[in-house]
Amino acid sequence: MSGKVVVVGNGMVGQRFLEQLAGRGEFEVTTFCEEPRPAYDRVQLTSFFSGKSAADLSIAKKEFFEQTRMTLRLNDAVLAIDPVRKVLRSARYREVAYDKLVLATGSSPFVPKVAGHDRRDCFVYRTIEDLEAITAAARRSKVGVVIGGGLLGLEAAKALKDLGLETHVVEFAARLMAVQLDDSAGRLLKKKIESLGATVHLQKNTREIVGGAERRNRLVFADGTHLEADLIVFSAGIRPRDELARGAGLVVGERGGVRIDSHCRTSNPDIYAIGECALWDGRIFGLVAPGYQMAEVAARHIAGEEKVRFLGADLSTKLKLMGVDVASIGDAHGAARDAASYVYTDEVVYKKLVVSADRKQLLGAILVGDASDYGPLLQLVLNAMPLPEHPEDLILPTRDVTAKKGLGVDLLPDSALVCSCNSVSKAQICAAVRAGCTTLGSLKKQTRCASSCGGCGPLAKQIVDAELKKQGVAVMNHLCEHFPRSRQELFHLTRIHSLKTFEALIGRFGRGKGCDVCKPAVASILASCWNEMVLKPAHAPLQDTNDHFLANLQKNGTYSIVPRVPGGEITPQKLVVLGQVAEKYGLYTKITGAQRIDLFGARAEQLPEVWKALIAAGFESGHAYGKALRTVKSCVGSTWCRYGVQDSVTMAIGIENRYRGLRAPHKIKMAVSGCTRECAEAQGKDVGVIATEKGWNLYVCGNGGMKPRHADLLARDIDGRTLIAFIDRFLMFYIRTADRLQRTSAWLENLEGGIDYVRRVVCEDSLGIGAELEADMARHVASYECEWKKAIETPEILARFRHFVNSDEPDSGVVFVTERGQPIPA
Amino acid sequence: MRICSFNQILNNSGVAALVGGEQVAIFRVDQEVYAIGNRDPFSGANVLARGIVGDLKGELVVASPVYKQHFSLLTGRCIEDPSVSVPVYRARVEGADIQIL
Repeated sequence: MSGKVVVVGNGMVGQRFLEQLAGRGEFEVTTFCEEPRPAYDRVQLTSFFSGKSAADLSIAKKEFFEQTRMTLRLNDAVLAIDPVRKVLRSARYREVAYDKLVLATGSSPFVPKVAGHDRRDCFVYRTIEDLEAITAAARRSKVGVVIGGGLLGLEAAKALKDLGLETHVVEFAARLMAVQLDDSAGRLLKKKIESLGATVHLQKNTREIVGGAERRNRLVFADGTHLEADLIVFSAGIRPRDELARGAGLVVGERGGVRIDSHCRTSNPDIYAIGECALWDGRIFGLVAPGYQMAEVAARHIAGEEKVRFLGADLSTKLKLMGVDVASIGDAHGAARDAASYVYTDEVVYKKLVVSADRKQLLGAILVGDASDYGPLLQLVLNAMPLPEHPEDLILPTRDVTAKKGLGVDLLPDSALVCSCNSVSKAQICAAVRAGCTTLGSLKKQTRCASSCGGCGPLAKQIVDAELKKQGVAVMNHLCEHFPRSRQELFHLTRIHSLKTFEALIGRFGRGKGCDVCKPAVASILASCWNEMVLKPAHAPLQDTNDHFLANLQKNGTYSIVPRVPGGEITPQKLVVLGQVAEKYGLYTKITGAQRIDLFGARAEQLPEVWKALIAAGFESGHAYGKALRTVKSCVGSTWCRYGVQDSVTMAIGIENRYRGLRAPHKIKMAVSGCTRECAEAQGKDVGVIATEKGWNLYVCGNGGMKPRHADLLARDIDGRTLIAFIDRFLMFYIRTADRLQRTSAWLENLEGGIDYVRRVVCEDSLGIGAELEADMARHVASYECEWKKAIETPEILARFRHFVNSDEPDSGVVFVTERGQPIPA
Repeated sequence: MRICSFNQILNNSGVAALVGGEQVAIFRVDQEVYAIGNRDPFSGANVLARGIVGDLKGELVVASPVYKQHFSLLTGRCIEDPSVSVPVYRARVEGADIQIL
């Protein structure tokens, strides 16, 4: 097939259409986009406020247009279509001809025409530009209100909350999310959202917006009451963008929307419409998954496949609204004849099943507070699978955490659609596993499963694991050939059996002599559990050279030295000592990325002398050589900074001194910022603390380096004591459960249940091990000693710091030259 | 030539020695000693004595502390790249001493 295809709109659905059309024929494709940037992930728009950039949200990659030779015209709106001559006019082009035209114009936010709706600081919530305008206005605002308590309205409310505003939600109906939830579910959601600090006003009909007495704007309601706010966001539903279609004389619905048939064709067979602008069977689909399906149908139809059809879509959704899990599946309101229902609630969660009159089939469900059963329940509905004998078991809490409720993935039919965003079935997942996929990550890459909203991730992972098991592939997590065990197992065995040496462990649970993989891993476990000096004769031969010499090996066989500088705060006297020591021993000096000073080029035999001088000046080991806490970076905070709201330096020093010397599966970096400007870059650290006016926000599992990861918020506005307790638990939980050399970021991404699970364990103590983890940490803190201090006091350890056992000659292989006034390896 | 006393080397670890101008890495594994060149051919640094001693499929090896290649303590051969090897020296325990022959 060939010809000119023009697409109007480069949103998520428009982009998906292009991807579907690519490779299906020799088309000359042009896309018009009125926004200044190509398609981005509007579903994740709110994450823009938690630090994601426009680039993070982007889904249309620049290379895509280069590789496919499709033309993208940004910042250019299509103004009119002439369906007779098959040309269109845009803001910049007088005439562009098409053979097939695809409308992917999406929708626009509906703004009720109340008086004053166009006052200053009234916004909608749709594009990155909207968000930027809201962010700018929030800086000079204290109170924000969202008009509309639907799904998007609550997303917008979260954004206002994140921007630090006192947040209100105004809803016309008698409950939140009226479309998806019933009264009880709406009530619980309201309670939860209010406990998170936003105020919900129900049954309020905004009559007009006028100037306020206390704040900049006042909403006047029909019942005579009012509410004042500086900033207003309208989120009262969407309206399909059908103006182009109307102008071209295409058939549109009574309440808007371009009418399409099952091939996604409009009333003009050369013009297609897809996504939120399209009206199919009298319905608009305001979700991305049906839009994607339409995109595929239209692309394949244009490419000549006559038989592809769009036949409606499931509108089940699972979301996290202001941190509250909410899901609505199928016929949630029990609209079907004689539908029966089961409800369970304890005022923390609300779960409802809607079942057929004979109670054999699940028709719909509502989940609030805990949506972990979403995947299995959705599959029951979509595949019309038989319900278990006692359907209530599916929602009743079970005391046995290991008991699997509902259905095993084996019972899912092959045709079951697991990822509705990207149309991936169970059969496709199994095929991908047979073709070599072994992880959720590789599955995402190969099939796009779980790569959009991610809601199906846990289920997809279960299917992958089940399929691997079926093929006899044991999920290999053995440490190495000497230990047929995972690191976690060895950790627990070490504790349970009180094993204190490598010999004891390999004797009971391993074989052979060990190697450079298991020895340092076991040494790390022993250090985490018992915190014995790592250079005791029993432990020294297990250590990597860095731990063995308590310094960092460099490429020419010399070592670098990093004394601890807690929080990055250092006295002038100590700075002078570092300079003097470096000068005396001819060391190269460099400031590290972690607010410390690194002294390079020391020979093994020089290390004790250097450290004697450093310890005399009050320094201690910085553990830069260990898989251990490295540093706690800080900004100067409220002590000096005009904007600081808490004393970040004191907090950073306290934290660094608490966790110094803590050995872990991998290195641990931390930071404390004194205000939301985040100068310490805490959200790129394993543990990041950011001061707020009410306390501290705790972020975890961030990372810089090779695979940067933005940290997740674990707890907000907590006091200092709670902060320390949570960090204690988090670190010990990580140390107990991570794989060898697994940073917290990778650990989290492989942890079933993700950050929510960590939050339950750490903040809600769901496993009941909080006190135990804190006690473990208390033991570590009490047993800390500076390894270098211990080393220079212990003659048999000092004896190992020499190059030749039989000569005092230095290593002739170590040669330096001078560059920019400092020694470097020749 | 006497290098040092046997108990100067911790079990399953190594030391470097200067033998006739050459750098030799000497390892103790239980009651035996082994000696290979101390220079790591991949980095050029004289550090093999500081590697971790162990076995791979039953063969005694030391892992270079720089880039972690393994060298056989018996043959000096690099496990990952058999075209590379380090010299092997004859070492023995004589009474309380370690000797290089």
